[in-house]
Amino acid sequence: MATVKTKFNRRSFIKSSVLAGGGLLIGFNWLAAACSSNSSGQKMPENWTDINGYLKIGENGVVTIMSPNPEIGQNVKTSMPMIVAEELDVDWKNVIVEQAPLNTDVFTRQVAGGSQSIRQSWSGLRTVGATARTMLREAAAKEWQVPVEEVSTEAGMLIHKSSGKKAGYGEMATQAAQIPVPDEVKLKDTKDFKIIGTSRKNVDGHKIVTGQPLFGLDYKKEGMLIAMMVHPPAFGLKLKSFDDSSAINMPGIKDIFTINTNPEEKPDSGAFNELVILVGNSTWEVLSAKQALNVEWEPVDPSKALESTASHNKLMAEMGAKTREVVRKDGDPDNAFKKAAKTIERVYTAPFLAHNTMEPMNFFADVKENTAELAGPIQTPEGSRNNVSKRLGIPVENITLELTRIGGGFGRRLNGNFVVEAALISQKMKAPVKLIYTREDDMTFGIYRPAYHALYRAALDADNNLIGFHVRMGGIPQSPLHQNRFPAGAVENYLAERWSADSYISVGAFRAPRSNFNAVAEQSFLDEVAELAGKDPIQFRLDLLKRAKENPVGEKNDYDAARYAGVLELVREKAGWDSDSAHKNRGVAAYFCHNSYVANVLDVTMNNGEPIIQKVYAAIDCGIVVNPDAAVNMAEGGIVDGIGHAMYSQLTFNNGQPEQDNFDSYRLIRNAEAPKSIEVHFVESEFDPTGMGEPPFPPVMAALANALYKATGKRYYHQPFVNNTFDV
Amino acid sequence: MAVFKLKVNKKEYEVDVDPSTPMLWVLRDHLNLVGTKYGCGIAQCGACTIHLDGYAVRSCITFVDSVGDKEITTIEGLSENGDHPVQEAWIEHDVPQCGYCQAGQIMTAAAFLKSNPNPSDEEIEAAMNGNICRCGTYTRIRAAVKTAANS
Repeated sequence: MATVKTKFNRRSFIKSSVLAGGGLLIGFNWLAAACSSNSSGQKMPENWTDINGYLKIGENGVVTIMSPNPEIGQNVKTSMPMIVAEELDVDWKNVIVEQAPLNTDVFTRQVAGGSQSIRQSWSGLRTVGATARTMLREAAAKEWQVPVEEVSTEAGMLIHKSSGKKAGYGEMATQAAQIPVPDEVKLKDTKDFKIIGTSRKNVDGHKIVTGQPLFGLDYKKEGMLIAMMVHPPAFGLKLKSFDDSSAINMPGIKDIFTINTNPEEKPDSGAFNELVILVGNSTWEVLSAKQALNVEWEPVDPSKALESTASHNKLMAEMGAKTREVVRKDGDPDNAFKKAAKTIERVYTAPFLAHNTMEPMNFFADVKENTAELAGPIQTPEGSRNNVSKRLGIPVENITLELTRIGGGFGRRLNGNFVVEAALISQKMKAPVKLIYTREDDMTFGIYRPAYHALYRAALDADNNLIGFHVRMGGIPQSPLHQNRFPAGAVENYLAERWSADSYISVGAFRAPRSNFNAVAEQSFLDEVAELAGKDPIQFRLDLLKRAKENPVGEKNDYDAARYAGVLELVREKAGWDSDSAHKNRGVAAYFCHNSYVANVLDVTMNNGEPIIQKVYAAIDCGIVVNPDAAVNMAEGGIVDGIGHAMYSQLTFNNGQPEQDNFDSYRLIRNAEAPKSIEVHFVESEFDPTGMGEPPFPPVMAALANALYKATGKRYYHQPFVNNTFDV
Repeated sequence: MAVFKLKVNKKEYEVDVDPSTPMLWVLRDHLNLVGTKYGCGIAQCGACTIHLDGYAVRSCITFVDSVGDKEITTIEGLSENGDHPVQEAWIEHDVPQCGYCQAGQIMTAAAFLKSNPNPSDEEIEAAMNGNICRCGTYTRIRAAVKTAANS
């Protein structure tokens, strides 16, 4: 049983008070609580305004967590209450999560933007649950005049066995609020968990399958107008003029004007800043007027050529061919390659990708003279509110932001450009407005996953030992390199270089940023190196990890070699890697990112030149698994998503213009292309839980490339693989 | 603009809209039935799937003047209490992640199972192939359709 403190530097990150109308209210600082286990100097709350999460126990016994974490499909609305219910000792069905708006009548500054992961909530939610339970027990002991040690709890009830006294948590909640917050509380032993580690269904499942309004696009307010925008059709163009003579008189149209979300910045500095806006009564009326609008564009810089995929490919080949900035060097890589018995060099590329969340970007804003009410799907509510405050000159405390359920994030909604756009439009219209991107707007607006290029080299000695490893990675406009990841630390002579090249095209975080390319390039390359060394691809990796564990090269290696090896060993066992001779076209890959380890084995068969993915095995180490079936769902989704993007998806450019703008030209994986079956296994672990949203996404792409090699005899170096042929 | 009489989820409605308005926007903007989702607007993703006299159609390209007296069913009207076998199977398999596409998936599956109550695995994949799920819940969707078929 671990004891945790509720204070650091004499200041508590937990505060309590009586809930208006009766009950117990416990406020806590989410991030401080998350950091408490390593007391890393996280700022403690000065007062109530630094509280950003809280727990309410009403007199009816219902427990509510107000969470700052937006729900984007990672199922935190289910798994977070499970953690609280565990330590509080209540039926988890009596714990509900409410999406905390940015302002309530009690607190301001509630929402911590950033990570939504269980990893950050774990320690805080457990401590808060245990604190509330302790205070309830003390309140009961006081009321019943018995020693607190004799008050036990069971499923939301306080019990004093010898006297037979019993009370529900709700009955003691108001009294508990008078009890001082204890300095330290005891957490359960993980082996005593009753709820964590058991599968619980999505708490919003019924609402989703019955079509209730949950999403930003569903948000409505009396008198609300609909707005749409027109952005430059190509990266490197800006607005010259527009002619609204045919559009302005169309039915339902209220106004057509321009906005600039960032007038101090040059138009080529990021997302499109200057947009033409149409506002009207209904979506179809505004859409119709949008088609009738004539807009002229001009180059941002007439001396610069607009970009194309052909020019990108040429540029990446040039950049990748020369020595670039060295960011890590172990040993003497030059010498290792010189004295090598065998060397191998390969190049990998991946295209720009659009996030394509199924719910397109949208946001609601109702801006008055010195206040603003905002609502919608955003991964970074606090940052977006600050941006609105800065751009519109409205004090932050006068801006509320309500979070809706989010129809997919994948990183796109970390960038809240559309929040500022909606606010500017509402300010101009002096009316509540919902801004909606069409699918075409959404796909061609930018903020993409960058285009990437990697050159890998490996050197083997006469005994087929890996003695030298070299990676040179770059991208347009950002490099994906993680220089301290595997196989760094496992090779005596190691060199990592990076480069990037400027572009008009705006980019942003995309599910498992950088890792989503690193994994496929590195793990495909290691497969080929293993083959050159005449070694089994799993054993080859395990041998390297053994070296990294026992005698690591260099000081900074961003992975735990034992846990890394653990997932490879587990997937080898579960897939019957050493014993199954029936599945000849198998590929393996493993990767570590976002604090979790994932290994895949993938089986493919060929049918008339088309690959059919029969089965994917996944072995995952994400520490303690809070909600196993939901975690399996995340793993399945990540695997399907990884296969889909590696196989089918790309955004190409001509004259600065995206050549795909909707799902007829941009290919996303569909049902019949998904694996016939997926089998997910978790490493049994007592480590604190880590994220499941991103780690299952990257490695499966390499497992696919390696399996396709077995099936076709060809290596797949360039994504999407569907651009290649699959002839045997 | 023109007035159209519509029968949606067994209720009568009257809307005054442009005849070229897709049912998707009539439902969402004018009838306040927002369960039907906008995903692509060009019948490529299936998020807007509704039933027209029991057949699955894409409401983003079904114009209001083409509906006539056909009966429209949306996700809100698929069952009284969310207890249609397909909805129950979706809960049983805990299919949704973000949940945005799932109304369209369910409407497609419900119409499909009416015409083919005992589908093979291949028939399920083919029937559901027109509905994109960006979260990648396809294997669960297949399993849920199979469960619904068996119930």
